Amino acid sequence: MSNISRDDVANLAKLARIDMSDSELDHLSNELAVILDAVARVQEVAGADVPPTSHPLPLKNVFRADEVRPSLTPEEALSGAPAQEEQRFKVPQILGEE
Amino acid sequence: MALKYEDVIAKYEPVLGLEVHVELGTESKMFCGCNTVFGAAPNTQTCPVCLGLPGSLPVVNGKAIEYTIAIGLALNCSIAPFSRFARKNYFYPDMPKNFQTSQYDEPICVNGYLDVTIDTEEGPKEFRIEIERVHMEEDTGKSLHMGGATGRIHGADYSLLDYNRAGIPLVEIVTKIIPGTGKYAPEVARAYVSELRDILRGLGVSDVKMEQGSLRCDANVSLRPIGVEKLGTRSETKNVNSLRSVERAVRGEMIRHAELLNKGEKVVQETRHFHEDTGLTTPGRSKEQAEDYRYFPEPDLVPVAPTPELIEKIKKSLPEKPSVRRKKLQEAWQVPDKEMAAMINADVLDLVEATVKLGADPTRARSWWLGEIARLANEKGVAAAELPISSADVAEIVALIEKGELTDKLARQVVDGVIAGEGRPAEIIKSRGIQVVSDDSALMVAIEKAIAAQPDVAEKVKGGHLPAAGALIGAVMKETKGQADAAKVRELLLKHLGQA
Ligand SMILES: [Zn+2]
Repeated sequence: MSNISRDDVANLAKLARIDMSDSELDHLSNELAVILDAVARVQEVAGADVPPTSHPLPLKNVFRADEVRPSLTPEEALSGAPAQEEQRFKVPQILGEE
Repeated sequence: MALKYEDVIAKYEPVLGLEVHVELGTESKMFCGCNTVFGAAPNTQTCPVCLGLPGSLPVVNGKAIEYTIAIGLALNCSIAPFSRFARKNYFYPDMPKNFQTSQYDEPICVNGYLDVTIDTEEGPKEFRIEIERVHMEEDTGKSLHMGGATGRIHGADYSLLDYNRAGIPLVEIVTKIIPGTGKYAPEVARAYVSELRDILRGLGVSDVKMEQGSLRCDANVSLRPIGVEKLGTRSETKNVNSLRSVERAVRGEMIRHAELLNKGEKVVQETRHFHEDTGLTTPGRSKEQAEDYRYFPEPDLVPVAPTPELIEKIKKSLPEKPSVRRKKLQEAWQVPDKEMAAMINADVLDLVEATVKLGADPTRARSWWLGEIARLANEKGVAAAELPISSADVAEIVALIEKGELTDKLARQVVDGVIAGEGRPAEIIKSRGIQVVSDDSALMVAIEKAIAAQPDVAEKVKGGHLPAAGALIGAVMKETKGQADAAKVRELLLKHLGQA
């Protein structure tokens, strides 16, 4: 079995600001362990002679010219925000919980 | 009671580490085409890429890569033949993507150095600052913390985010640890940032405005007892936003660490915020919770592999080094070493150069920027460049002095007026009614009055004792409220008393 613990999941949830119940934590730590196990199987197949792959295609040096393109309007930019104020994204207090 | 700096350095050796972030002056952002202009209305310069909307794909700004390589070359770095971007994962709303695109174990430039010189009582001293890496990343958005008492993070009820800055190309320049600066650590830190800023400005890769945050310095400071090899625990003071503050922050942290160590307490490894008003730091986000960034290679950006031809092309286009430029200016202006160091230290070299370019005599230009203007800047606790007086103003004032339309004393009033925001020199001369009294007959009235008031002094001058004339000249200057040309008064006075 993979070594992701319930505490690991709780810590990740805290970092990601996702409020999770005890039963969700139990459930997810089991589920994530299964996923990690599956990934670990792939790692077994890759021998020492196979370098880690970050990019499947051998592309490099893809650049764009330094040219300004139109941005979204602030209304468009903010259209998905749960809350806004003064044309800015409104978010809960950042470090209040510690 | 605060510990004295001398007591700190008698017992401890400081070790520095400096991280400088510089916003590149590209037209568009690092991975998208959004504009990078400073000061636009909130969230008017964002798009699906820099907002991290699903399905958007970043593409690297080629100019930003060239600028970064130029910085690396100017800092004597090796340019990596292959480097990748990485995701620095963290959940903090200043990045809407929940990660910052950065570089991790494959920075584009490594192993450089920068030599800096500071002025000491034993003459100029040179220090070599070794550069660990120069890497590319993107700037974060700007947070406003609302509610609470102070507008700071702690105690705020909520925060408001403007993502115009998110995604602006940012280069981080990290030094290796810097031991061996001893008591000069604060000055060396300042000299390093100052030299770096001059280099970046010379390269034209950034507007390097510390007060606007396009150049920011994080200063790591630790102390170890003299003779001890093991490094002490460091603190990291964030976003120090002026050269003067870099020096103050390092000195302040040295004193704070020494106080803790002397009491047998431990220095906590943490991020601290510098306060311009008090010169002190307070604790910020603690490191433990922030450290878990789970870096991994950015799959949406292909690797960067600069060709030798590109590197060669950039190398050829590098401008002359600031140290070379300074030497040239010093020769052209015939400035003694001491004065040159004073100009660099007061950070007025560029201002003097600009003033001279506008036609002012180098010596006069220098004496204004180093004298009255530096004095006023010091009084206000800001840099001369931040005062609302331009090189054009100074050039205009110098020209008026040379034409005899202003005396030095009157010119000081004009400088005061410009800095007080009363307008440009010509406007102030008009509005304050500043005028050189050069009309001989008006001066003669004042001279006769002075002689009548001090007949004994006048007798002495008549008898050939010329130094006594000073008292009479002084009286005339007072009578004319300083608006007379002292040399002219002297000439007329001596003539009148039969001594010329
Ligand atoms: Zn964008």
